[in-house]
Amino acid sequence: MNAEHTNLKDRVKKNTRNLAIWTFAWVITVALVSFGAKFLWDFNETISIAAIILNLITGIGLILANRRYIMELDELQRKIFMDAMAMALGVAVVGGLAYSMMDITNIIKGDAEISIVVMMIGITYMVSIIIGNFRYK
Amino acid sequence: MKNRLKVLRAENNMTQAQLADAANVSRQTINAIEKGKFDPSLPLAFKFSRLFNKPIEEIFQDEEE
Repeated sequence: MNAEHTNLKDRVKKNTRNLAIWTFAWVITVALVSFGAKFLWDFNETISIAAIILNLITGIGLILANRRYIMELDELQRKIFMDAMAMALGVAVVGGLAYSMMDITNIIKGDAEISIVVMMIGITYMVSIIIGNFRYK
Repeated sequence: MKNRLKVLRAENNMTQAQLADAANVSRQTINAIEKGKFDPSLPLAFKFSRLFNKPIEEIFQDEEE
């Protein structure tokens, strides 16, 4: 009886660690591409392309690790994550387009930055998970 | 959906954590089901049925009935 639950806990722990490693690797490659071109290889095109390919590979690893993490949760936890993803996707599309229109119509000064949309998605995702966990407490 | 999970668990002297162990789900899931906040999937309902050796309809009841 305990073995099964330990397996679930162990699986979640293992998948969390795996997801953290892939997230860390991906963040490192984002930093490498963002700052390396300017400070390390002086915008050498070949090295930039290689760094972007490395970023994409770690990005695919991150996506697969995240998918595996969610698929191996139990059904309530999976529902909480799915709800959070639905909210994040909605905010990305609706909020992102509204933000873009604010740029087009010159309501905001300067250009719309993709980083703002990414932060919006991240915050929505985190808040939704917290609300979901609170709802089913 | 109404359920008798809490009663059956008490009859079998099980804690939420023990039932979670047996059903291979989190304690949060057991708690949410008992409080009627979350309806389990059919495979999980069958698992409870096997664990308590009762037919599903003795554990879960449609509230509209």
